[in-house]
Amino acid sequence: MSELLLPRDHKDLSDIITSASDDKTRLEVIGENSKQYIGRPMRVDRTLTTRQLSGINFYSPEELVISVRAGTSLSMVEHTLRHEEQQLAFEPIDYGHLFGFKTGQGTIGSVVACNLSGPRRIRSGAARDSLLGIHGVNGRGEYFQNGGRVMKNVTGYDLTKGLTGSWGTLCVFSEVILKVIPRFETSVTLVLQGLDDRLAINALCDAMKSPYEVTGAVHLQKAPVALLTDPKIASLGTSLTAIRLENFETAVRYRSTRLRTQLSCYGDVLEFSEQQTNSFWQDMQHLKFLTQSRAPVWRISTPPQNGPILVSEIERVVPVSAIYDWSGGLIWLEVPATSDVSASDIRRSLAHLGGHATLIRADREVRTRTEVFHPIPGAIGKITRGIKNSFDPHHILNPERMYAGL
Amino acid sequence: MSFIPLPDPDPDILKRRAQIAKNLAKIAPDAVFIEDEEGRQAYETDALTTYRRIPLLVILPSSTHEVSLLLTHCHKEHIQVIARGAGTSLCGGAVPTTDAVIIGLSRMRRILDINYDNRTAKVEAGVTNLGISDAMNAEQFFYAPDPSSQIACTIGGNVAMNSGGAHCLKYGVTTNNVLGVKLVLMDGEVIDIGSEALDSNGYDLLGLINGSEGQLGIATEITVRILRKPEMARPMLIGFNNNKDAGNCVSAIIASGMIPAALEFMDKRAIHICENYVKVGYPLDVEALLIVEVEGSENEINLQFDHVREIVEKFDPKTIRIAQNDEETDKIWKGRKSAFGAMGQLSDNYCMDGVIPISRLADVLGWVAHIGRHHDFEIANVFHAGDGSLHPVILYNANDEEELLRAEACGAELLRLCVKAGGCLTGEHGVGIEKRDLMREQFSELDLIQQTRIKTVFDPNWLLNPAKVFPLNAPGRGGIEADIAEISKPGGESER
Repeated sequence: MSELLLPRDHKDLSDIITSASDDKTRLEVIGENSKQYIGRPMRVDRTLTTRQLSGINFYSPEELVISVRAGTSLSMVEHTLRHEEQQLAFEPIDYGHLFGFKTGQGTIGSVVACNLSGPRRIRSGAARDSLLGIHGVNGRGEYFQNGGRVMKNVTGYDLTKGLTGSWGTLCVFSEVILKVIPRFETSVTLVLQGLDDRLAINALCDAMKSPYEVTGAVHLQKAPVALLTDPKIASLGTSLTAIRLENFETAVRYRSTRLRTQLSCYGDVLEFSEQQTNSFWQDMQHLKFLTQSRAPVWRISTPPQNGPILVSEIERVVPVSAIYDWSGGLIWLEVPATSDVSASDIRRSLAHLGGHATLIRADREVRTRTEVFHPIPGAIGKITRGIKNSFDPHHILNPERMYAGL
Repeated sequence: MSFIPLPDPDPDILKRRAQIAKNLAKIAPDAVFIEDEEGRQAYETDALTTYRRIPLLVILPSSTHEVSLLLTHCHKEHIQVIARGAGTSLCGGAVPTTDAVIIGLSRMRRILDINYDNRTAKVEAGVTNLGISDAMNAEQFFYAPDPSSQIACTIGGNVAMNSGGAHCLKYGVTTNNVLGVKLVLMDGEVIDIGSEALDSNGYDLLGLINGSEGQLGIATEITVRILRKPEMARPMLIGFNNNKDAGNCVSAIIASGMIPAALEFMDKRAIHICENYVKVGYPLDVEALLIVEVEGSENEINLQFDHVREIVEKFDPKTIRIAQNDEETDKIWKGRKSAFGAMGQLSDNYCMDGVIPISRLADVLGWVAHIGRHHDFEIANVFHAGDGSLHPVILYNANDEEELLRAEACGAELLRLCVKAGGCLTGEHGVGIEKRDLMREQFSELDLIQQTRIKTVFDPNWLLNPAKVFPLNAPGRGGIEADIAEISKPGGESER
């Protein structure tokens, strides 16, 4: 394949895409290429990377807002924020471990393009909820902006959100503007051991129904616990149900005491040390609970109470390993490498339970014949096609990465 | 009449009014039809009362199915449609055109499901914003976005305008709290976007629907995220010697790493108007007032107030008062929440809605006063300071046409000021017809056409909520033929 296309500014980006649009040159759009194995395999002519669209345009810690060029590495953004005792509210997950890469790779543009959100999503929203504005170039080569740098904005249609999670199929971001939050003074993790999935999700939902502003609610079956980084946690030998509180110290102390009492009906409530807490939640963010194998992995989004039902329906057919985040509403499911990697069973269950499933890890050949992103029904499919055509009429940006024919 | 033009009505549609009503009544016999002029007149405007047009017809359906049948017919007959909730839009978002049918959602007000485990509620579009929270009061849950009109405004309208409110500083606006909508497209097709799950599949259509001002479809059912109420909430009232100190204090509070549940600002004019109206004991010897609300247990609240007090002391406060009980809490909020009603008693008022970066608050307030003086108007300021959402209120006499035009010119200048300061035209109220012709202050032609193309994807003939949001000569407006052809083509591999 010919050399990488490396735009240095939005004008360059616009020129490159205009020319590609004229020639109908199909482009793979990447940042640091950390998500190259996610999505349908693509047939492309050139690769465009945002790597040189890098740097922080402005950062105003006193206004809790940062504007970053899209090719800036996520780790640099997080480092900059940490320096001012701030952070991204949505705690983006990191796919590095899952694909055998180093963690800490990926650009801020890809975080937005894939709407990557971690455990704190249950409290603070997804990446799309922290996004205030974008600048980008569509598949026609048109440079445009939407949103801005202020906290409230209803001027015109909210393309900022509309483009988040479009996996580089509608436009290439050149700049993203994000709301940030202060780092919390302290955090505590309360842990229940040995609960089965249903009971665990009940406990998590009870914690979420409390007034204590839980910022993490996960349940790991026994097997994945052994994969965690902290040796003491990894050797516990039981399932783990963990609840995180983050706030100023007095609040965390008070709330953890109350919550502990409330949860005691589910069994003894342990508390992780501060070091264990940091390690555990970083593992959650880095998906360390999944094996570094080629076993297919699904990311399933469903109403929290339906999570265990779905898993038990799949378990009746094949053995699986399940990890529940978002108080049961997000399931990471490792399944055996059967011919359809359980796609039809999972999607049959979701048809009556609600939600959707994305095949995050699978061999190229499997991703070619299995719908990686959840199929979209009739009228929504038509709208999806219309949106793709409006931004990228020649289908040159990440062609067919999400859906066949788009 | 004022200077924002509405397109001329289609004479053919006007001529066929009786026949159109008859046809639609046949299609949806159980819907309520308002055909007489007096009845239709009740729908001639919304909360932007300077603009009035009597609609062609008003229909109040009671089900998604009826809405679908009505839209299918209107689509076929090329009749424009305006969805309406409670008509509380401040930007003319629900102002009719005389050749358009109004579909009012006020009869669709059932709470369909509340699920505390999943923390979701599914409601029909005509349920009021406050009605959602009221339905779960006993369980100590609430729906967070709280626009000032929350007693009357509907959740369907909130979705259309992506409404905000005082407590959105902590909890986010409508789009951050909506998980799903049942949407009827202009051609009558019914689609379900999102679900009770936290994120949705494919492109973020929910993100596009929220704040699209009823131009992409009619939302008939909405699934929202609900939250457990905090143990307690208490406001602190702080009086300052001038607007600048109060503005700088807001920036300092946010910069300190603390996000209160609400952070509201009132200037001297607003304080006096509200106090005179509801007599809640606001200090009258101050130039500006902040209301800082924090949440948690009693101990947590006290600690947060200690932190706030430490910051506030640097800005030479004249008064600091903390609500000691629910009664005092209610009083402090009653004053703030009655602001627009109080101003309405005094004179006509035109409430603006620009947003600015909070570090510019103190400067911009100075410029707001300057612009008011230049146009010879008194301006009262009462707004959500924590997120930079300004609401300068121009006090004027709407019966004086010259004054009305001057007030609109003054308002436009205030909004240009917000954009110039790094902000935007509207943070909560929406564009509607009011700010339609100012869109180019914020957006280039290329910015606009990305949006108009989305309109064409959902509503190729531009029949839903006409003459709003985009300048009448905006690129791509009206779903030009080339755009429709391009958007509808199959594309992909097959075209190569």
